[in-house]
Amino acid sequence: MRTVIFGSIAPYLTALMVLYSIFVLLRGHNEPGGGFIGGLIAASALAVYGVACGVSPVRRALRFHPMAIAGFGLFIAAMAGMFSLFAGVPYMTGLWIYPTVLGVELKLSTTLIFDIGVYLVVVGTIASIALALEERDRG
Amino acid sequence: MAETARPQIVLSDALVMQTPPLADWLVVAPLVLGFAFAALCLMTRKNTAGQPALALTGLALMLASKIGLFVHVLTSGTVVMAMGRWLPPFGITFTADMLGATLALATGIVGLAVGIYAVREADNTERRYGFYPFLLMMLAGVACAFLTGDIFNLYVWFEVLLLGSFGLLVLGSRPEQLDGATKYAFLNLVATTLFLVAVAYVYGLFGTLNMADIARKAAEMDQVGPRLTIAALFFFAFAMKVAAFPLNFWLPASYHTPRIAVSAVFAGLLTKVGVYALLRIFMTIFPGDRVDLAVAIGVVAAATMMLGALGALAQTDMRRILGYLVISGIGIMLAGLALGSATGLSGTAFYTVHSMIVMTALYLLVGVVGAKTGTFDLARAGGLYTQMPWLAAIALVLCLSVAGLPPLSGLWPKIYLVKASIDVGVWWLAAAILVSGLVTTIALMRLFTLAFWRPSQFEPGEQGVIGQAGTMGRSAYPILIALTALTVIAGVYPEPFIKVSDRIAFELMQPTGYIDAVFGDGTATTPALTVQ
Repeated sequence: MRTVIFGSIAPYLTALMVLYSIFVLLRGHNEPGGGFIGGLIAASALAVYGVACGVSPVRRALRFHPMAIAGFGLFIAAMAGMFSLFAGVPYMTGLWIYPTVLGVELKLSTTLIFDIGVYLVVVGTIASIALALEERDRG
Repeated sequence: MAETARPQIVLSDALVMQTPPLADWLVVAPLVLGFAFAALCLMTRKNTAGQPALALTGLALMLASKIGLFVHVLTSGTVVMAMGRWLPPFGITFTADMLGATLALATGIVGLAVGIYAVREADNTERRYGFYPFLLMMLAGVACAFLTGDIFNLYVWFEVLLLGSFGLLVLGSRPEQLDGATKYAFLNLVATTLFLVAVAYVYGLFGTLNMADIARKAAEMDQVGPRLTIAALFFFAFAMKVAAFPLNFWLPASYHTPRIAVSAVFAGLLTKVGVYALLRIFMTIFPGDRVDLAVAIGVVAAATMMLGALGALAQTDMRRILGYLVISGIGIMLAGLALGSATGLSGTAFYTVHSMIVMTALYLLVGVVGAKTGTFDLARAGGLYTQMPWLAAIALVLCLSVAGLPPLSGLWPKIYLVKASIDVGVWWLAAAILVSGLVTTIALMRLFTLAFWRPSQFEPGEQGVIGQAGTMGRSAYPILIALTALTVIAGVYPEPFIKVSDRIAFELMQPTGYIDAVFGDGTATTPALTVQ
C-alpha cells in the first residue's frame, strides 16, 4: 500500500479525519455523533496513517501508548460524574455552564467531559488493536 | 388558531430533588475508585515497580469505602442512589441492601488480600501486560454487580467482571491456561447470552429493567406462565455461571490454570456473583416463581454439593481439589435458596461470605505449599509440618472450616441449613448437606495429611518445578493469618455475624422493603411526567 500518491496525501487525510472526528464528538450531544463514533473516526485516521507511512511514525506522533490514552479516557469518564458531588446531586448528573467567549455562548457540561473520555477510550483501544495488526502484517 | 400553552413540566416528577446525603455516595465509591485506579494503573503500566503501590492504594480505599457502606446500611437501612438524578424506574439505581453491602464488604477483603499476595507473585511481564488493571476492573465489576438495582446494569457488570477475568486468566499464555480459558470463556459467554435473552423477555413483559419495578409489576401479574419461563431461564443462565450440576465442568477445567492469586480471587468471588444474582432474582423479583422451582433448585443443590465433594476426593492436584470444593460450596448456598425460609436464607448468606473468605485463604495457602514444596501434586508434596509448623496450623484451621466442623465459621450456616431442611421435612437435602460435609472432610484431611504430615517425597537436593521456595512464605503469612482469624472469630463468636445474616434473610423475605426503598415511602405510584 505504500505508493507515492497515498503516502503524500495520507498525512493531510489523517489531519482532516481527526479534525472531523472532533467536530463529530462536539456536535454529539443534540445531533447524531458523539464520543464513540468520533473515536472510531479518529482511530481510522490513525490506521490510514499507519497503512501509508508505517506504524512507527504513528507511534511517534501519538507520543503516548494508545492503551495509556484509553486509560486516561476511562479516568476522566469516571471522574466526570464526581462533579455532581459538589453540586449536591446524584452521581453522573449532567451539569451545565454557559460562559460567553468572544461573544459566542458556549454550552459546556460534565456530559461533554464524559463523552471526551469515551472518545479517548475508543481511540486508544481501536488504535492499539489496529497498530498491533499492522505491525504483524509487516512482520 | 389559539396558541397552545407551553406545557409546564414539574421537575419533581422526573428528578431527584433532595440533595443525597454525603454517606450515600459510598454506594458508588467502589465504581469510582475501581475505575479510577484501574485507569491509573493502565496509564502507568510500563512503570512495573510502581504498579503494586498504586493498585494496593486503590484496593485499600475500595475496602475502606465498603466498610463505610456496610456500616451505613447497617445503621440507616437500604441506601439508594439514582444515577444522573433521574427517578427510578427511568434512571439506573444503585441499591445497597444488607445482602449487597455485606457481599461487597467481603469482596473488598478478598480483593485486598489477593492484591497483597500478588505483589510477590505477578512478575514484571504480567504487570506490563496489565495484571493490576484487570484485577481492579474485575473487583469493581463484582462489587457493582452486588450493588446495582437495575437488571440490565447487572448484565453490564457481569460483562465487566468477565472481561477482567478473561484477561487475568490468560496472562502468562501457557498452553494449559489457554485451554482452560477457552472452556471458561465459551461457557460463560453462552450463560451471559442466555442471561441477556432473559433480560430482553423481562423488558418485553414488564416494560422496565429496574429490579424493584419488575418486582412490583411481577407481584401484580396473575399469569404465571411467562413469568415462570423467565425465572427458569434466569435459573439456567446463572446455574451455568455458578457451576451447578450438571453444568459444572468448566470450573475444574479452568480454575487451576492461572496464577494462584488469580485462582484465589476467582474462587472467592466469581461464582458468588451468580449466587447473589439467583438470590436477588428469586427472592426479591420473582418470589412466587421460586416456590414453583424450589424442588428443581433443591435437586440441583444436592447433586452439586455431592458431586463437588466426591470430585474433590478423586483429584490429586491440590488446586483441582479446591476447584471441586468451590462447586460443593455452591450446592450448599443453593440449598438455602431452594428452602426459601428465613433460617435457610440466613444460612445461605452466612455460608456465602464464609466461603468467599475461606476459599480465597485456602487457595493462597495451597500457593504457599506449592512454592515451598515445588509441586501441586499430592503424590509428591510432603514434609511441610516439620519445616513450617505454623503454616500447618493455619492449614488445619482452614481445612476444618471449609469442612464445616466446630468451632469455625463453616459450622453455623450448615446448622442453619440442616435445621431449615428438617423444619420443612426435606430430609434428603439435610442428608446431602451432612454427607457432602463428611466427604469434604475426608478430602481435605487427605490433602492435609499428605502435604503436611507425610515426610518429604523429594530426594535431598531435588527441587520441584515451581521453585520459588523461601520468597512466598513470609509475605503470605500476614494475609493467611488475617483471613484465618476471620473464620475463627466468626466460628467462636458468631452472634454479630448471625445477626447480620438474619437481617439479610429478613430483607430477602420481605421484598416490599427493597421496593419501598427505591420508590420512596411506598406510596409513590409509577412516576409519569405530569402536564399541568
